[in-house]
Amino acid sequence: MTITNQYSEQKAETVTVAKTEPDQFDIGDWTQTVGDPLLDDPRLSARNVDVFYADNQAIENVSLDIGKNEVIAMIGPSGCGKSTFLRTLNRMNDSIDICKVRGEIILDGQNIYDKSMDVVELRAKVGMVFQKPNPFPKSIYDNVAYGPRIHGLVSRRAELDEVVETALRKAGLWDEAKDRLDKPATGLSGGQQQRLCIARTIAISPEVILMDEPCSALDPIATARIEELIAELSENYTIAIVTHSMQQAARVSQRTAYFHLGKLIEVGDTDKIFTSPDHKLTEDYITGRFG
Amino acid sequence: MQTSTLIMIVLALTVGAYVLGRQRSVHLAQPLGGIKRLHSLPNYYGLMAAVWTGIPALVVLTIWSAFESSVITGTVLASLPASYADLSEARVGLVLSQIQNIGLGTIDGSELPDLAQAGELLASLNASSQFGKIALTIVIAILGGGYAWLRTSPALRARPQFELVLKGFFLLCSTIAIFTTIGIILSVLFESIRFFQSVPVFDFVFGTKWSPQIAIRADQVGSSGAFGAIPLFVGTLLIAAIALLVAVPLGLMSAVYLSEYANSRVRSVVKPLLEVLAGIPTVVYGFFAALTMAPLVRDFFQGIGMDGVSAESALAAGLVMGIMIIPFVSSLSDDVINAVPNSLRDGSYGLGATKSETIRQVVFPAALPGIMGGVLLAASRAIGETMIVVMAAGLAANLTVNPLQAVTTVTVQIATLLVGDQEFDSPKTLAAFALGLMLFITTLLLNIVAMSIVKRFREQYD
Repeated sequence: MTITNQYSEQKAETVTVAKTEPDQFDIGDWTQTVGDPLLDDPRLSARNVDVFYADNQAIENVSLDIGKNEVIAMIGPSGCGKSTFLRTLNRMNDSIDICKVRGEIILDGQNIYDKSMDVVELRAKVGMVFQKPNPFPKSIYDNVAYGPRIHGLVSRRAELDEVVETALRKAGLWDEAKDRLDKPATGLSGGQQQRLCIARTIAISPEVILMDEPCSALDPIATARIEELIAELSENYTIAIVTHSMQQAARVSQRTAYFHLGKLIEVGDTDKIFTSPDHKLTEDYITGRFG
Repeated sequence: MQTSTLIMIVLALTVGAYVLGRQRSVHLAQPLGGIKRLHSLPNYYGLMAAVWTGIPALVVLTIWSAFESSVITGTVLASLPASYADLSEARVGLVLSQIQNIGLGTIDGSELPDLAQAGELLASLNASSQFGKIALTIVIAILGGGYAWLRTSPALRARPQFELVLKGFFLLCSTIAIFTTIGIILSVLFESIRFFQSVPVFDFVFGTKWSPQIAIRADQVGSSGAFGAIPLFVGTLLIAAIALLVAVPLGLMSAVYLSEYANSRVRSVVKPLLEVLAGIPTVVYGFFAALTMAPLVRDFFQGIGMDGVSAESALAAGLVMGIMIIPFVSSLSDDVINAVPNSLRDGSYGLGATKSETIRQVVFPAALPGIMGGVLLAASRAIGETMIVVMAAGLAANLTVNPLQAVTTVTVQIATLLVGDQEFDSPKTLAAFALGLMLFITTLLLNIVAMSIVKRFREQYD
């Protein structure tokens, strides 16, 4: 199956969801995001972003700032566009032919969709962790060393060893992996694999880490470890996490953004979103009336 | 009655048994409270009845037919007077056909009373065998069906039993291929042993001169043949190596282009076009190699000042063969590269790797075992290819690794040894079987080596 095919299926799914959504949850004449989407000193800011898959609009006029060293959770029902939005933040949608992005996403004063932007450089600054752990079919060491090697971050083996050890320590995997660095990464458990993928991302010292439902394939214990890890990482990194679990959003994030049918409905401090949301749709979603 | 009619009757009985068996199970289940009281669905009772009716009858029919003619001819020959006892094989065949014709009445047997008597015996034996075959087959079919009828009961575990029957059937299907292979190996092996009785094994395997001439009379010129297989195997490996040097890089790179770079429109046009290469008859490649490629090669190397460039060369044959096997490499590699999960590519892109870095360092290693499979298939095609070599590389068994010289290959020699009128007991023709055996062993060894390499990579990565 080619990449294009896979995403045209995903697109079809989006359409179905839109059609079967009950009328009472229709957004109606909604025009503006409720809450505080914008910040004074953002790390990454999206302005009026539209995303299309061929003729289908998956994201509509989203403006959102992500602050320094904050964890922002993106929640919403399936097909609401939260993963699509996350993937536009480091241009992972580039590989999909039919995907078009409009609007601006500013990182370090530069629009990442500008022609002069180098995607390789961008992705070195904005790393990504995926839904399913996807370690390369290489040794644990080579998985972590992959990024530093392709970016030429180190010149000597000893330096590389150090980078690998630091990344594995930060991802909380060092004690489990130090005696088997040359063993295949695919031999690790699911939770360990996901922490390895996080270590792999940390190894290139990104400024922002995007996480697309990083725990959805993991058991509760592995999930708890990843959540602890997110809390530790937020001291040094900016993290945007898409999650289906509202408890997880409440536990790990400082701010929460609620997406619905491609629109950003409400953004605010996590405490506020989960206790007294301003918008009815947000309230319906977090109280479990749908989604 | 023809055997085919008999088979139709057995099949009709089988279908009838299916219907009856099904009905009986339903009927038996009625007083107990419907078919849910049956162990299996009614279908399976019908199928088991059909199995009991059809299979034993067909097995008996097969065995009877297999031994029918040899038993009858044996009996007829034994009945002949002692004067016919020591006939040669060819004469026996003649006598038998005479007997048959007399039995059928096409020739008059009045002048050959012995044979006329045998002819009558043959006719009566044929008739009774025919009758016995029909009677026995139908009786066994009916007995089988009756047994199935009697054992049908709600407690009968018809479904698992039918599963067992199917399992046996599939086993039978798979053994047919295996037994055919064993049969081929054994026939080649026995002929080779006959060859090695006239030519020592050592001379054949390690001999460096190939000149399969055997004198018909002892005083003939050139009566000493040389059966050293080394030049042939060197030629084969040389041409196959040149072909793989062409096909593997070109095939792999086109596979990478098709699966990673080409958009779906280009891909839908280019991939079938590439696969057309595999559909061109090898004889067409052969004359392309002989008439176009070989002169080009010769002119090119003469142009750069090299002497002794042959008009027929291993290089020309190898280059064209390489083009021919590109689709084997590219098509299979394309499939395995596509099978590498997109999540791995995403992971690599997400770390800022470029497309080519991702392909070289992530996609390629993950697809390697499958790619090796494609290369192996291409290699076996290259080793087995005959036509291109006959036309472009010649028949001269030179022991050389110079690709500009004429060489010949094992398959070409097998073909030339067996083409034309040949006695099948001279070392010259038997040599073909020995070559076949050695080729078989060589490819088997190559496969084993390649498989172990693939396995090592698998262990490392999965």
